[in-house]
Amino acid sequence: MDALLQFIFSGMTVGAVYALVALGFTIIYNASDVVNFAQGEFVMLGGMITVFTYMAGVPLPLAAVLAIVATAAVGVALNKLAIEPARGAPVVSLIIITIGASILIRGAAQLIFDKQLHRFPAFSGDAPLRVMGATILPQSLWVIGGAILVFVGLWLFFTRTLTGKAVLATANNRVAAQLVGINTNWVMTLSFGLSAAIGAFAGVLVTPITLVSYDIGVGLALKGFAGAMLGGMGNPKGALVGGLLLGLLEAMTAGYLSSQYKDAVAFIVILAVLFVMPHGLFGSKSVERV
Amino acid sequence: MKFTSSTAVIALMAAAMPFAAQAEIRLGASVSATGPAAFLGDPEAKTIEMMVEEINASGGINGEQIALTLYDDGGDPNKARTFATRLVEDDEVVAIIGGSTTGTTMSILDVAQEEGIPFISLAGAISIIDPVREYVFKTPHTDRMACEKIFADMQARDISRIGLISGTDGFGASMQAECKEVAGDSGIEIVADETYGPQDADMTPQLTRIRNTGDVQAVLNAGFGQGPAIVTRNYAQLGFEIPLYQSHGVASNAFIDLVGAEAAEGVRLPGTALLIADQLSEDDPQYQVTTDYTALYRAKYSDEPSTFAGYAHDAVLLMADAIARAGSTDPDDIRDALEATSGFVGTTGTYTFSPEDHLGLDLSAFRMLEINDGDWTQLD
Repeated sequence: MDALLQFIFSGMTVGAVYALVALGFTIIYNASDVVNFAQGEFVMLGGMITVFTYMAGVPLPLAAVLAIVATAAVGVALNKLAIEPARGAPVVSLIIITIGASILIRGAAQLIFDKQLHRFPAFSGDAPLRVMGATILPQSLWVIGGAILVFVGLWLFFTRTLTGKAVLATANNRVAAQLVGINTNWVMTLSFGLSAAIGAFAGVLVTPITLVSYDIGVGLALKGFAGAMLGGMGNPKGALVGGLLLGLLEAMTAGYLSSQYKDAVAFIVILAVLFVMPHGLFGSKSVERV
Repeated sequence: MKFTSSTAVIALMAAAMPFAAQAEIRLGASVSATGPAAFLGDPEAKTIEMMVEEINASGGINGEQIALTLYDDGGDPNKARTFATRLVEDDEVVAIIGGSTTGTTMSILDVAQEEGIPFISLAGAISIIDPVREYVFKTPHTDRMACEKIFADMQARDISRIGLISGTDGFGASMQAECKEVAGDSGIEIVADETYGPQDADMTPQLTRIRNTGDVQAVLNAGFGQGPAIVTRNYAQLGFEIPLYQSHGVASNAFIDLVGAEAAEGVRLPGTALLIADQLSEDDPQYQVTTDYTALYRAKYSDEPSTFAGYAHDAVLLMADAIARAGSTDPDDIRDALEATSGFVGTTGTYTFSPEDHLGLDLSAFRMLEINDGDWTQLD
């Protein structure tokens, strides 16, 4: 019994990491249908910048805020310098641009920072919390709490604010959005800035658990992307549930079947779900107008 | 990418000393200074450059300067093969050092064997020197030796049933296979065998499985990079009361920093003398070489040299020693001199090559270490 609970805790910890990364995909996807493959790099930047400013003597909370702001600036720059000039290009080209951007950011981080692994202290210490024979680190609760916070924030943003609706309108039909007076360029800039900030926020929260180095972005982005696809791309609820589900699947497979097949089982389940529900668990059907 | 700083140094020295010998010894190197194996190749590249500069500054080998050509293969075996070929055909080197990973080494050794150029590899796998290849040598211990060293320590403590948890990366998989192979001979039974992906964030399910396997007396983690750091932290989180053994893959001070002194307390691993250079007594045979090298590396890069950097240090000095004794820059003479190396003290251990043994180290080169209060304690 305590083993099951331990597997659940592990799955929740890992799943919350995936969910945070998955949530980052949501805004840009909603604004432009682009899956931003540089999202993992935003997570890495959040962690790396925090580590290096913290090592330079800046208090941890301030270092974290600096990292989030700096990463948001990188996101805005990515939009201004690479995405906006290619505005007329098809979505696939834009996705390829984000892949290029991720390689660029990774290379730059390798030069600006270093190639070593880093970590900063957990926010509330390392003493594990014991629940019925199983243990969970306080930092895991921070990550889970952070994922829920971002989820609620995004949900409110898309359903309750005019700006959020403007973002959705831009994705739906850019020309129509412009006609009703939405500044679509500004919406794109905003969505890249926000996505980068969410990514960096994720990086700050997960670094004490996963550690950070210049090349962690790819792996995280892949798992986060898988979580987002499972839940339904573009839906914050889908990102949260999909990420957590993916983490739980991995933990249960590693715990009860074999750690060798952990990733395989998780991806087989994802394939099976997408086969039955091509838009993910919570995804809405996209209808193509003729 | 081609590093030319040492070439520049030589040019400067040639200008400053018009009467110095004109001949030069062309040494080639291909390491993985960037890419996934950068944590190996980066300190290795720095060390190779530094040691060559050092040798040249103190007058070279038999009065001849070393001209170093250093390539970065990025951990890609195909690139390593291209660079090895270029080193032999375009740069006309007389000896090659490098191959940070087993993959890149395998590419380079083909070229070295075909062209008859002595090659010292910096990678771990036993298959590099077993069977012995005429022109191929290596400086790091094999993974199998690490397993044997760890198992010897376990036996001394009456531990016979262990859980093994390994990364699925090249290092982890290789060591997992080697450990399983030699476990029986060492009287160790591996009762649980778990793996994790190199970028996994949590290994508590695997560790819980190991704990729930009956009568496990110790856990061995084969891997390097972030995996072992997370395993060690999860191990502390779960409150294991049996000892945890790590491999030589994480034998560095950075490992203790990553894990935190509290979680790392009591972790045992086989390391080299280089790691405890500060603690060696002055009559230790490796005291001088490790202290000198550590001081040099600290002064130049304001960083601690890693165990991997030590492999490169030993490779450069072994090659330089062989060239000096050969008294010639003919690759075959260098190879013969290299094979005749006897009792050469490096940072990794004391090397004695022979026609049957192109590694030249034994288990005594490893020192069993334990982490106590955030620092290393030597156990044997």
